[in-house]
Amino acid sequence: MTTHRNSAPAHTRSLPIRQLVLTLLGWSIALIIFFPILWMVLTGFKTETAAIADPSFIFSPTLESYQAVQARSGYARFALNSVAIAFGSTLLALLIAIPSAYAMAFLPTKRTKGTLLWMLSTKMLPPVGVLVPIYLIFRDVGLLDTRTGLIIIYTLMNLPIVVWMLYTFFKDMPKDILEAGRMDGASTLQEVFFLLLPLTLPGIASTGLLSVILSWNEAFWSLNLTSSKAAPLTAYIASFSSPEGLFWAKLSAASTMAIAPILILGWMTQKQMVRGLTFGAVK
Amino acid sequence: MATLQLKNITKQFGDTKVIKGIDLDVNDREFVVFVGPSGCGKSTLMRMIAGLESASDGDILINGQRMNEVGPADRGLAMVFQSYALYPHMTVEGNMGFSMRLAGVPKEERRAKVLEAAKILQLEPLLDRKPKALSGGQRQRVAIGRAIVRNPSIFLFDEPLSNLDAALRVQMRIELARLHEELDATMIYVTHDQIEAMTMADKIVVLHDGVVEQVGSPMALYHHPRNRFVAGFIGSPKMNFFSVEQHSISSDGVTVRLPGGRPCTIPVAGEQLARDEALELGIRPEHLQLDENGPLSGQIKVLERLGGQTSLYVQMGELLITIMADGDVAYRVNDTVQFGFAAERAHLFDAQGVALESLSQHPLASLTRQDNRAATEPAAPGGQV
Ligand SMILES: Nc1ncnc2c1ncn2[C@@H]1O[C@H](COP(=O)(O)OP(=O)(O)OP(=O)(O)O)[C@@H](O)[C@H]1O
Ligand SMILES: [Mg+2]
Repeated sequence: MTTHRNSAPAHTRSLPIRQLVLTLLGWSIALIIFFPILWMVLTGFKTETAAIADPSFIFSPTLESYQAVQARSGYARFALNSVAIAFGSTLLALLIAIPSAYAMAFLPTKRTKGTLLWMLSTKMLPPVGVLVPIYLIFRDVGLLDTRTGLIIIYTLMNLPIVVWMLYTFFKDMPKDILEAGRMDGASTLQEVFFLLLPLTLPGIASTGLLSVILSWNEAFWSLNLTSSKAAPLTAYIASFSSPEGLFWAKLSAASTMAIAPILILGWMTQKQMVRGLTFGAVK
Repeated sequence: MATLQLKNITKQFGDTKVIKGIDLDVNDREFVVFVGPSGCGKSTLMRMIAGLESASDGDILINGQRMNEVGPADRGLAMVFQSYALYPHMTVEGNMGFSMRLAGVPKEERRAKVLEAAKILQLEPLLDRKPKALSGGQRQRVAIGRAIVRNPSIFLFDEPLSNLDAALRVQMRIELARLHEELDATMIYVTHDQIEAMTMADKIVVLHDGVVEQVGSPMALYHHPRNRFVAGFIGSPKMNFFSVEQHSISSDGVTVRLPGGRPCTIPVAGEQLARDEALELGIRPEHLQLDENGPLSGQIKVLERLGGQTSLYVQMGELLITIMADGDVAYRVNDTVQFGFAAERAHLFDAQGVALESLSQHPLASLTRQDNRAATEPAAPGGQV
């Protein structure tokens, strides 16, 4: 933003064209990324026949599919599960990650870098690889089809990313400020609550948001570890795809309803997100 | 009442020894300044005193009590950081009152104490601002205010003025000196700035590579540096050094042959010198005088007129010598000049760089800051003409 404002008067001649090209490019990329979502939303408002007809933007919108979807099963129950699991796992992940990231950022040892890389490397393992053992363990301890079970799985799944992100935010925090706090008599806990957390809040918020989104959208574990009681929205969408073939309009309506909450949340916290993700860059 | 003693303090980071055994006594209400080149360990030493860094070995005593295992908040110290390290999300009042808030001091009492400190530092109108909305000098004052409210027995300052511009630095320097008076506290101060060191210190500690090179009053260090390092470090512009040959040694001092061949007797004790030990002569730029009959000569390469003074950079063989001369010398670049010096102003260093002891003490070498004040005050009414 500022760059634009500052540089505009400097090259008045060459800039408009360059800017035009860049703007067009930006819009095209945004449209390409956004198009599937747009199409899904549009399809949700079509009739089942219109949905499988030749693709068209012109149709008479109907709430038919939404009504059908509503009638079939309790969206609310799935949504509630999604909320509980996404936020529960995010909270738990932050609770574990904040102390770990603190230790790694402010009390590093020779092995800190290695630990971080190792943690991240666990994300490279395909989840299917551990599905069977985890399924068996969950069955034996009675965690199958429970919210607690999914919360644990999602926490573990997101922990490496959450720790890593918090670590980078904490590292950006000037050490002097914490030391000044220590000189002022702050215990480690007070240091964290009075200084570290307030000062890295944008970073923590965007980390939390990312964790919520990842948990919300996760389908592999939710489909495999839940059946009815604890099933979140991803399982709800999936339930529209199978037995009697695909019903595109209903599937789209269900999907739209599933992503709507997170989309709205993302919209509202856009500023926080961008600030958090570019924290180090623009400071 | 606050004294500090360091006994054979060392600090090691991994395999590198940063502080290599430091002994130091700081007396009550003393203003002690640490100087030394970048990376010599000033901050590390300061942080060990503060308790932010543990000592690898040795003892830290405050008021005679061993403090090595005591946490930073319980040592009765306050530290002012170079970066100010203010809490950005708190107001000035919040910043200054934070330590009391942690200690559970009631709000009213907290406010009263903050106001008291704010008054000393002229911060009253700014109490509700966030650090973001303050100028550099104001931030610095808040950082000092945060230290004051803790009522410490020893203040630690790590290059507190180095982020300020020159004019503000002078102002803050005077303010700090006033604070030292007013608070009756012991202060330890790290700086790169010669003027700060010379004007503020009761005692200067010259550090180099993790060891103390010399401890003494500013005038003692200036007139009687113990070795070549201190001689070169204290004083600006830097002392000139010449290699000289030994000629003879007598009770009047050591006679050396100057570059150019003329002999000169420096009044220092030379009994311990080996017969043909290489020597080095050190003379400060302000002690070299242009003199047609002077024993030294060279060609002016650069001439800097500062108005009141002129710096001459004179090529003498391979050496570039600095001379501080009068503001109105008539020389020009490439002129050849003759110059000399008073023998008692010269310093002589042996092959190890250790200064040979002067046969007489400089009259000001034992001067303290207190003496300075006592001497100038009666003269003040008349003033100088
Ligand atoms: N945490 C650390 N780990 C390893 N080495 C360190 C650490 N802190 C300082 N050092 C090293 O110790 C030496 C002294 O550092 P210190 O910061 O005390 O120097 P300084 O005298 O304050 O320098 P400056 O004048 O530049 O502030 C430096 O060589 C530095 O690299
Ligand atoms: Mg330093």
